[in-house]
Amino acid sequence: MTASEDRDQVGGLDRGPERGRGPVGGSPVVSGARPDRAVVRDALGVGVAVGLSGFAFGVTSAGAGLTLLQTCVLSLLVFTGASQFALVGALAAGGNPFTAAAGAFFLGTRNAFYGLRLSQLLALPRWVRPFAAHWVIDETTAVALAQPDQRSTRLGFTATGLTLYLLWNLTTLLGGLGAEAIGDTAAWGLDAAGPAVFLALLAPMLRTATERATAGLAVVLGLAFLPVLPAGVPVLVAALAAPLVLWFQGRRIRRGDATSETSAKRDV
Amino acid sequence: MNVWIAIGLTAAGCYLVKLAGLLVPADTLERPLVQRLAALLPVALLAALTAQQTFAVGSTLTVDARVAGVAAAALALVLRAPFLVVVGAAVAVTAVVRALGG
Repeated sequence: MTASEDRDQVGGLDRGPERGRGPVGGSPVVSGARPDRAVVRDALGVGVAVGLSGFAFGVTSAGAGLTLLQTCVLSLLVFTGASQFALVGALAAGGNPFTAAAGAFFLGTRNAFYGLRLSQLLALPRWVRPFAAHWVIDETTAVALAQPDQRSTRLGFTATGLTLYLLWNLTTLLGGLGAEAIGDTAAWGLDAAGPAVFLALLAPMLRTATERATAGLAVVLGLAFLPVLPAGVPVLVAALAAPLVLWFQGRRIRRGDATSETSAKRDV
Repeated sequence: MNVWIAIGLTAAGCYLVKLAGLLVPADTLERPLVQRLAALLPVALLAALTAQQTFAVGSTLTVDARVAGVAAAALALVLRAPFLVVVGAAVAVTAVVRALGG
């Protein structure tokens, strides 16, 4: 998940990267070579926080009607939190598998841009890349980008990836088992975990008017089309808020509005 | 079966976009418009998902205990609470409001 002052507060499987800031507790990273122990400590800190939200995923997925095996396969093979939450949410709402997967896929596209930055910093041999790719997510990017040199970048990426992968899958399993044990997840308020996770991921992204306008338009589109379009489709319609806001902004710039041009450039 | 199709498509799609980032030449995705669209897409999706999962029951809109829970999460975010407190507040408040008959 994505850069602001409180990015560090968000500990879901989709935390955004922010170069130059420590991933834990918001302390700035000291430049220069870092001891391996400090890098590993960052990785473990992120891993523990995220591992716990894997529990929320396991519970949510079970509450959405997926079997324990399906829930665990998602965490093992998809391994990007927002997409997983979105997929089980769409399936629970009765969406067909294609629209449900499309929403999850579009949420996952940001990982391509993380990979782009990481491939320059990690400088991995080509044959390693298919293996490293599975771990290219918000948190590994956040930790890797915060490191000052290639050695600690590689260590940070690997240690975070390993910690997260183990904890995320273990806690998913525990969450799925826990949900079966407690029965009606809604009675425990666990149906609010999904939207709360999305909101926590979204909040640090709302830095400029452009992002707030996009979010506002997406909410309107997502709710307005919900009663009239098949399940899973309204969220894809809401995704059009992003190109629409950019298009409106581009039109204002072409009209020669110097003020909006400067503010648009500042957003990049 | 449908669930397995969705899982397969999502797993394949999400893996391939991760791999694409590591394999494509750096300048391909570095056009400013592509970058800005990529940054805004998650904003739109997360906002819509938050709203839908707060207000939707199937294909109808409703106001129930989840609204109080998500409002509590929003308050926790404003107060810069850690991620787990945010999610915990949403779950706890929803459960309490529902137990009270909300």
